Amino acid sequence: MRFEAHDLACVRGGRPVFARLDFALAPGDALWLRGPNGAGKSSLLLILAGLLPPAAGILRWEGTPVDPRSPEFRARFHFVGHRDGATAALTVRENLAFQAALVGGAGDVETALAAFDLAPLAERPARHLSSGQRRRLALARLLLTPRPLWLLDEPGVGLDASSRARLEALLRDHRAAGGICIVASHGDVALDDPLVLDFGAAA
Amino acid sequence: MIRALLAVALRDLRIAVRRPAETLVGAVFFALALSLFPLGVGASPDVLTRIGAGVIWVLALFAVLLSLERMFQGDFEDGSLELLVLSPEPLELLVLGKCLAHWLTSGLLLVLVSPLLAVLMALPAEALWVLPVALVLGTPTLTLIGAIGAALMLGSRRGTATMALLVLPLYIPVLVFGVSAVDGYLLGLGGGTQLLVLGAMLMVALALAPFATAAALRLAFA
Repeated sequence: MRFEAHDLACVRGGRPVFARLDFALAPGDALWLRGPNGAGKSSLLLILAGLLPPAAGILRWEGTPVDPRSPEFRARFHFVGHRDGATAALTVRENLAFQAALVGGAGDVETALAAFDLAPLAERPARHLSSGQRRRLALARLLLTPRPLWLLDEPGVGLDASSRARLEALLRDHRAAGGICIVASHGDVALDDPLVLDFGAAA
Repeated sequence: MIRALLAVALRDLRIAVRRPAETLVGAVFFALALSLFPLGVGASPDVLTRIGAGVIWVLALFAVLLSLERMFQGDFEDGSLELLVLSPEPLELLVLGKCLAHWLTSGLLLVLVSPLLAVLMALPAEALWVLPVALVLGTPTLTLIGAIGAALMLGSRRGTATMALLVLPLYIPVLVFGVSAVDGYLLGLGGGTQLLVLGAMLMVALALAPFATAAALRLAFA
């Protein structure tokens, strides 16, 4: 399982955000996207998740070109972006059960609840959660079903120290099991010897 | 795949039940606005009978339009829409699930109150079944077409007014055939053909609208 990007470029609102971006990741690798606000870290993650079309470039999975919008590729990654994806009117458990139905096949809601210690909050409507708790709910999605590629955009925002430690442990376990993580952060989430992609200064 | 469609529909129904004020606003508007007509044009039965079917249909369009905004906007803001778009399940089917829930919480309510409103507009007894049947065939089409507009307007401020301009012209065929089906029966000319046309429009909308809506939703993130 190798995941590569070759010569990626991104243009948003007519403005070039980045160009000629390459990386190659093997099982167990973590890629740390680093750089100031507006440098294109989130845009890269949106491109990898198929939400934003790249201006140029190609993605390869196991050496063959992939379209990130294809259903096959969508079943290979989890994406946790800025928005938590928690519906205010539903309880924590209902939110996860709905997401489990969307990931296709059997999602494991109990494992996901346990991963970020959400079991005591399971019956609470998401509207009554604090922002850190909502973030934990969003990250719990990673455990609903095993997928090799994790795309995380500032996953540590709003997390307390113990939740952050849980997240770091989960990232370690995921990599130990041969998974790949691509994480945009300002250094609040520690990754063990990551590959670094530096976005330099904001355009 | 069907499981995902039902999961989406059940989720939206659950949200609708937990926010009754938001859900019922369309049906309440429908009944309230209609009850103004006898006050405005006078309670003379001839006038009311003549305009009844048309007024009921026009208000039904507005009631559906009112409820379209909540279809995707909330999901877009809280990020659940991202989950739908990123699901390996076909987005078109998930959209169909949302349309099903939307119709059950908007169009179906209009169908249920329509016999009462037919009496209010002094429509003859026959309208008590023709009107609900025409609405059952017509309102799902309104939901399906409206979903395209709601998806296109995502992310723009003050989307509702613009959406009305976008969607109302597309509602005209449903309005024309819906009114003439009811009037046909009331004038003794029969309206079976018009009901069949309403059914045909529903079939076309069912087949095409989910694709257009899904395409519009994908654009909302770019």
